[in-house]
Amino acid sequence: MNYNWNWGIFFQPNPMGTGTYLDMLLSGLALTLKTAALAWVIALITGSLVGVMRTLPSKGANWFGFAYVEFFRNMPLLVQLFLWFFVLPELLPKGAGTWLKQLPNAPFWTAAIGVGFFMSARVAVQLQAGISSLPRGQKMAATALGLTTAQGYRYVLLPMAFRIILPPLTSEFLNTIKNTAVAITIGLLELTGQARSMQEFSFQVFEAFTAATILYLLVNAVVVTAMRFLERWVAIPGYITGK
Amino acid sequence: MIEISHVNKWYSPTFQVLTDCTTNVTKGEVVVVCGPSGSGKSTLIKCVNALEPFQSGDILVDGTKVNDPKTNLPKLRSRVGMVFQHFELFPHLKIIDNLCLAQEKVLGRGHDKAQAKGMQLLERVGLKEQAQKFPAQLSGGQQQRVAIARALAMDPIVMLFDEPTSALDPEMVSEVLDVMVDLAREGMTMMVVTHEMGFARKVANRVIFMDRGEIVEDAAKDDFFGKPRSDRAQKFLSKILSH
Repeated sequence: MNYNWNWGIFFQPNPMGTGTYLDMLLSGLALTLKTAALAWVIALITGSLVGVMRTLPSKGANWFGFAYVEFFRNMPLLVQLFLWFFVLPELLPKGAGTWLKQLPNAPFWTAAIGVGFFMSARVAVQLQAGISSLPRGQKMAATALGLTTAQGYRYVLLPMAFRIILPPLTSEFLNTIKNTAVAITIGLLELTGQARSMQEFSFQVFEAFTAATILYLLVNAVVVTAMRFLERWVAIPGYITGK
Repeated sequence: MIEISHVNKWYSPTFQVLTDCTTNVTKGEVVVVCGPSGSGKSTLIKCVNALEPFQSGDILVDGTKVNDPKTNLPKLRSRVGMVFQHFELFPHLKIIDNLCLAQEKVLGRGHDKAQAKGMQLLERVGLKEQAQKFPAQLSGGQQQRVAIARALAMDPIVMLFDEPTSALDPEMVSEVLDVMVDLAREGMTMMVVTHEMGFARKVANRVIFMDRGEIVEDAAKDDFFGKPRSDRAQKFLSKILSH
């Protein structure tokens, strides 16, 4: 193989005039983090709501939760992003569709919301499993004390369920970060997108993607470490994994 | 205080769990419910505070109809203390916070007042030193005493016990029964599902014997243990008293 390695490329100016190639990658990283953060907030909030609905005694709530989860987890993420980005504006009334297409930062919002909904289905299933793993008597004890269903979830069931699902939830958080790379297909210049631009401008494909790989690894290492601390911080003395 | 009349509960036409159960518990009375496993005694006691629904009949607690859709169940339940076989303390809350949660969220007591009440009750069950520990750091007997204190913190008008000593190691049974005996002697209205015939002999006013979802015998304590009675009750007693 005839390849000219050039690790100095990162410090050469990029053709867009936005500084060096490294600056380009870092701006991509910043966008990856922003997209992932918003997507994770959406996934946690909607996923928690849907997960709770799936454990409620109401048939209607169960059905909605079931339909929601199956809709968002049974389609490839890529297809979902295309649906939101290319198809949805065409399905809306003309005015609304045009407004949507002309939104500034449309790829960013589409990616954050699309990845967020996709991941929320997974959060929902995990939370449901966490709640179901609690002894049935816990809910009964809360009810018997006079707590309403909402209070029972807020003060008794959810604090335990979230502790139990914290380790798998860490994986979902990492998946959220990694899944934002799919947004390259709708034109979002996140980390993967910037690495690709760098390769196209400079032909230094190995350097570009090595750097992207290292940046992804670093970010996820930070997240894993932070979640470890969180796990230890919320651990219950004397209880399974407690201190 | 508790009036149970003609209560029927079934899961399907062929699976009847309670058949025409009628009895009552008057103020200050201690009623022990016993019977072989699967006889419906736990189900019956859970119907009293509507933790289990039933299909026909009526239950009144202090004049309030439990099975009336208009009844404010959380409010009613907050006045009916319940102690479970598996304690059901909330594992993520300190002992004192287990006692305060419902006082604050259901009764609207201030934090200081709830704490004071909680400490007073912990002292009463001999666990004042454990207030800052978590449930998993206590023995089974201690946990069950905390559970009793938690129920008492709501100033209940009646206490329900669902096999409170069945999950305990033998050497811890007496510490829980002692608390219950004290409670009975102070005039608390109690309905107790238990196999502890010693407890029944000591403090019960009446004993109810259930078998296959029916109340077979409902007699004053001395009659139940002394005079001739139904075959089934006799067989049951000979089995559990033979050791």
